[in-house]
Amino acid sequence: MPSMQSLDIQLRSATTTASPQVRTAGEPVAKLIDISKCIGCKACQVACMQWNDLRDDIGTTVGVYDNPIDLTDQSWTVMRFAEVVRDDGAMEWLIRKDGCMHCEDPGCLKACPAPGAIVKYANGIVDFISENCIGCGYCIAGCPFNIPRISKKDNKAYKCSLCSDRVAVGWAPACVKTCPTGALQFGSKVDMVARGEKRVRDLNERGFQKAALYNPKGVGGTHVMYVLQHGDRPELYNNLPSNPTISPWVSLWKGIAKPLMALALGVAALGAFFHYITRGPKEVDESADSGGRPATRHDREV
Amino acid sequence: MAVVMRSGEIRRYDANERLIHWIVAILFILLTASGLAFFHPAFWFLSVLLGGGTWARILHPFIGVLMFVFFFVMAMRYWGDNKIQPYDREWGKRLSDVINNRDDNLPPIDKYNVGQKQLFWTMVVTMVLLIVSGIMMWRPYFAGAFAIPLIRIAAVVHMLSAFVLIVGIIVHVYAALFWVRGSLRAMTRGTVSRAWAKHHHPLWYRRMTGGGAE
Repeated sequence: MPSMQSLDIQLRSATTTASPQVRTAGEPVAKLIDISKCIGCKACQVACMQWNDLRDDIGTTVGVYDNPIDLTDQSWTVMRFAEVVRDDGAMEWLIRKDGCMHCEDPGCLKACPAPGAIVKYANGIVDFISENCIGCGYCIAGCPFNIPRISKKDNKAYKCSLCSDRVAVGWAPACVKTCPTGALQFGSKVDMVARGEKRVRDLNERGFQKAALYNPKGVGGTHVMYVLQHGDRPELYNNLPSNPTISPWVSLWKGIAKPLMALALGVAALGAFFHYITRGPKEVDESADSGGRPATRHDREV
Repeated sequence: MAVVMRSGEIRRYDANERLIHWIVAILFILLTASGLAFFHPAFWFLSVLLGGGTWARILHPFIGVLMFVFFFVMAMRYWGDNKIQPYDREWGKRLSDVINNRDDNLPPIDKYNVGQKQLFWTMVVTMVLLIVSGIMMWRPYFAGAFAIPLIRIAAVVHMLSAFVLIVGIIVHVYAALFWVRGSLRAMTRGTVSRAWAKHHHPLWYRRMTGGGAE
């Protein structure tokens, strides 16, 4: 996706200095996915393809409704269908629209080594600036939700942009625009949280006592949130992680290890130089060839 | 091939050994430049050495495989000479004498001292860790075959191994180029002086000259 104004960039991958901050740009936005209202029509998938000019390869039917079967560089959102048998024996069809969650603390951005290949805008949208992408796949390792996909065509990473181009001009994302049941809604994060919580209370009254808003704190909250009928068991929804966080391995790799090890390398090189300055080289007296074991010249004053 | 040259110098590395050492060295420099670029933004500018970020990403793993292969061809040759011997223990205890250039206090050793031997085995271990973890992270060819949690561990293993290796090579380069005078020519021209050999590697000197002084 093209970069919006640089003024609107809040976080930038592989960048150690602050982004421009003087402008109090727009308030955080969010997409609310109310799974209890989703009918699995996949209109959102079609709208995403249409708006973003994506055309996935025609796949193979494997006997389930999921189609395509997984996210790809061309399919930035897919409906995941789960048949769940409830405790009372009834069958429930849980349909989750999968795609980028737009984390407040994005693991992909943390892991990315290419300056400016991943940005987080002031409105919370996490966007891949593909022209800066080098195709290393670190974002895949960084993401707690298994979202980014590397294209076989150009070896660059792709994912949902939350239609950052549409949002920039005040429109809702294409998927939200097309959703026929109102399962998808878009607005300010504050409004979407309020709307989600209202819907949760509604569901509580209708027998879903454990209904909850999915806005996981482990990644600082997300700018794509779910209303889950079974909020106590997110894993029912095709393994939605119950407490997603950036993996400790990634935090070590792209967190504390970076300054410490960079410093240690500098200290090692500087240490060698200082050793030379203070202790001097080991020099062998060539004229003492035939004698006993020659002594080292001591440069250091003892 | 004569071990003691007509000039009185002693042969330490033959042409093939020197060639392969420098092939590994050049590959190491390219790998370090690109690897550090991926590691920390402060080193990102080094990716230019390989033609920019994307080229660095493409080339780094191939260069890595080359270095692994050439390193082990080289290492096979030095394997026996780097086995830790009983007398190494004593040498190793006197690290303070080594660092402070009090070489007279050091017990006689063969072709390599303990520091060199430890660097050798460090390189053997880190090279294996680097190639295994590197293949697990290698996009677009192999990473897709590994589970994401495994790739995260591989990234940490790769980073730590590379760090240990780079620190080891900093010491190696310092010792060979600046600290221990007369060492560099062993790897450029192939020979060292008798005095150098007698001073730094007395047991090796005796082997090369068939007894001799002391």
